[in-house]
Amino acid sequence: MTRALRLLRRRLVGSVFVLLIVVIGSFLLLEAAPGDAVDAYIVSTGGDAGMIELLRHRWGLDQSELTRLANYLWALLHFDLGQSVTFSRPIRDIILERLPTTLVLMGSATALSFGLGSALGVYAGARPGSFRDRFLSIGSLALYAVPGFWLGLVLIVVFAVDLRWLPIGGIETIASGKTGFSRATDIAIHLVLPVSALGFIYLALYLRMMRAGMAEAWRQDFVLAARARGLTRRRIVLAHVARNALLPLVTMLGLQSAQMLGGSVVIESVFAVPGLGRLAQEAVAGRDTPLLLGIILVSAILVVIINLLVDLAYAVLDPRVGAGEASA
Amino acid sequence: MSEFTISRRGLLAGSALLLASTALPTIGFAQTPKKGGRLVLAADSEPRNLNPAIVASNGVFFISSKIVETLAEASFDGKDGLQPRLALSWEGAADGLSVTFRLRDGVKWHDGKPFTAADVAFSALQIWKPLQNLGRTVFKDLEAVDTPDDLTAIFKFAKPTPFQLIRNALPALSSVVPKHLYEVGKIEENPANNAPVGTGPFKFAEYKAGQYYRLTKNDAYWGKDEPYLDEIVYQVLPDRTSAAAALEAEEIQLAAFSAVPLADLDRISKVPGLKVITKGYEGLTYQLVVEINHRRKELADLKVRQAIAHAIDKDFVVKTVFLGYAATATGPVPKNDPQFYTADVPTYPFDVAKANALLDEAGYKRADDGKRFALKLLPAPYFNETKQFGDYLRQALAAIGIDAEIVNNDSAAHIKAVYTDHAFDLAVGPPVFRGDPAISTTILVQSGIPDGVPFSNQGGYKNAELDALIVKASETLDTSARTELYKEFQKKVAADLPLINVAEWSFISVARDRVGNIANNPRWAVSNWADTYLAG
Repeated sequence: MTRALRLLRRRLVGSVFVLLIVVIGSFLLLEAAPGDAVDAYIVSTGGDAGMIELLRHRWGLDQSELTRLANYLWALLHFDLGQSVTFSRPIRDIILERLPTTLVLMGSATALSFGLGSALGVYAGARPGSFRDRFLSIGSLALYAVPGFWLGLVLIVVFAVDLRWLPIGGIETIASGKTGFSRATDIAIHLVLPVSALGFIYLALYLRMMRAGMAEAWRQDFVLAARARGLTRRRIVLAHVARNALLPLVTMLGLQSAQMLGGSVVIESVFAVPGLGRLAQEAVAGRDTPLLLGIILVSAILVVIINLLVDLAYAVLDPRVGAGEASA
Repeated sequence: MSEFTISRRGLLAGSALLLASTALPTIGFAQTPKKGGRLVLAADSEPRNLNPAIVASNGVFFISSKIVETLAEASFDGKDGLQPRLALSWEGAADGLSVTFRLRDGVKWHDGKPFTAADVAFSALQIWKPLQNLGRTVFKDLEAVDTPDDLTAIFKFAKPTPFQLIRNALPALSSVVPKHLYEVGKIEENPANNAPVGTGPFKFAEYKAGQYYRLTKNDAYWGKDEPYLDEIVYQVLPDRTSAAAALEAEEIQLAAFSAVPLADLDRISKVPGLKVITKGYEGLTYQLVVEINHRRKELADLKVRQAIAHAIDKDFVVKTVFLGYAATATGPVPKNDPQFYTADVPTYPFDVAKANALLDEAGYKRADDGKRFALKLLPAPYFNETKQFGDYLRQALAAIGIDAEIVNNDSAAHIKAVYTDHAFDLAVGPPVFRGDPAISTTILVQSGIPDGVPFSNQGGYKNAELDALIVKASETLDTSARTELYKEFQKKVAADLPLINVAEWSFISVARDRVGNIANNPRWAVSNWADTYLAG
């Protein structure tokens, strides 16, 4: 396990640099966007020159960009994410409030797309070229091609408006006073539609990768050897073909976690889920630079952690891939 | 409805009539008001600062007007278009140097402390005048507020201030907050800004960011038998399509402020159990305006501006962009304003041939490619309709040989581009008419306004005659003389076209049939909803 530890250490050092680049890059990018937090604020209030000057001063926007960046980095060194200008609250609190929702949403959606996608991929890839293979490939591609918000709206119209089986949005029943298990059930019911909308979009990725991986694995010598040994088709599919096709999917899982964060912005808006994605959207519209930097930083850390776990998992799944080399 | 007319003597004699009248339903639904119930409605944005004394905006009022009350509310048939709230009467001195408010007796703050004239004085001097987005202009000459007794507040002005302006400003600018909570610490950082304490029919209960605001009934409310509802819940639905779906699924009972897009209204009006209501926003009129950068030499030419005005088919805009839910405009005061509007202004009927002739006359001949000149058009992104009108305007300008390039921005970028950087030739803006031209209308054309002030003249327009008229009107105390000056103002603006008023519109509510007493005043969505009820 020393290899894994060495990997971990090297990754952590690298990550700090990655995060620093992410923060500075994002800051400069945000500064390049026209308009600041005060411009965004006065859209709904109006105001005279004196009031605008007062606001710029109170929100520290009358300082130079460099000063603000330096101040931000200095505070960051002390693990302080700063204060949001639009919420006038500590950013750490705001993000911690929203993070669990997004993690549950992303986690469930990833589980759905990975689990169902790879299972269907095995089913399709077990008989390449068969009717079920084509049907699943085309069906999942169609889902992948559909925009997330549209899929979300269709689900709402069918299951919430027409059938009224599920709530149209939100994360839980408003002011219901539910606690413990009944609250968890309530949240789970509210998550069915958003998780489906988010999960089904990425289903196709896993399905097609699994299927392609299996199609390739069928041609490998060890499958021929397995056949020669007289193993059942079922055993060949599951133990030899599918297992080998699974490896690239794990890599995909890491890469896709970043994409999922992006997809959740749309889904969280459509389903009124109070998550990190929607918060990011509000931060952009409100030009709340420190809040957005906080969100980007937390998201970047998440992606780094997930990819680290993927690398570690890789090392365990396939001993041929030495952990040290895999991450180079 | 004559029972709504309130004489001052009647008021002084007692407020029984008034209390009865506020409880009367103005729209005759075949329902009887019922007590209790939770009204759930859609909210599309989440204001962080809920203090309407600091932020006088519709987004804040939508929620906080139920918690924090103003001195008076707008009314369809009350004297001067007002209905008493925390003030029972108001009277301006002839010299314009003072206004006396008699306040309602027996009113308590949500924390149990009594409401007195000291609260009014504190709110006016410490908040409206120095901090409030609109009050900073209207109350700029307010010098002191005398409180001879607990129920009298006398506003003293350093310069004569038209009583008509103060009166017209009451519904939006006079939110009273408790002195005892605000006198400690910085007003802008007071925790009550996020959890307001007021005198209104509902108390602030909780806010879950990204989810909902919840208000609960104030049992000690001064209005007899009010409020009807036990709870009001604003469910945050950022996606407008989901507001319509939530209404259909009966998860919400009301979507105000056009939370249901215009394009969905036709379909949703046919859904059993839902009603579409266009009343109740008369006091919140938005104006569709073409803002002009007079620094561009072509646009500084009156003939070119006239040509552009003639090139716009206002009826078509109302029919297609607003699907009929709007009115064509003639000038800077909307048609539905009862005090100031005049139709007696120069008009610009849709006439492409005339527009082309005017441009030829001005010396901007069509080049070989049929184009006269090119310009940058920035439609404000705040409303679908302003964006759609931008697309229409581009085509309308093409018909007269002006090649407009549309520049799309988000809200913050648009505000900066137009009002700070002046990086536009034409812009489409939605200024709000707030019941008196002096509140936020004259600054759209007045010169000498510093850079960066939003919704003001940033087009470099300067007309000494018009400026003088605006100043004169702001100093004229006599109501009818002042009104006449603003009619003159409308004529001058329509004649010289510092900007082009195209249409006027307001919002639409969609509600379940069960919701009663909707739209019974001109600012209903931002009023206190003490008499709103849910039928069984």
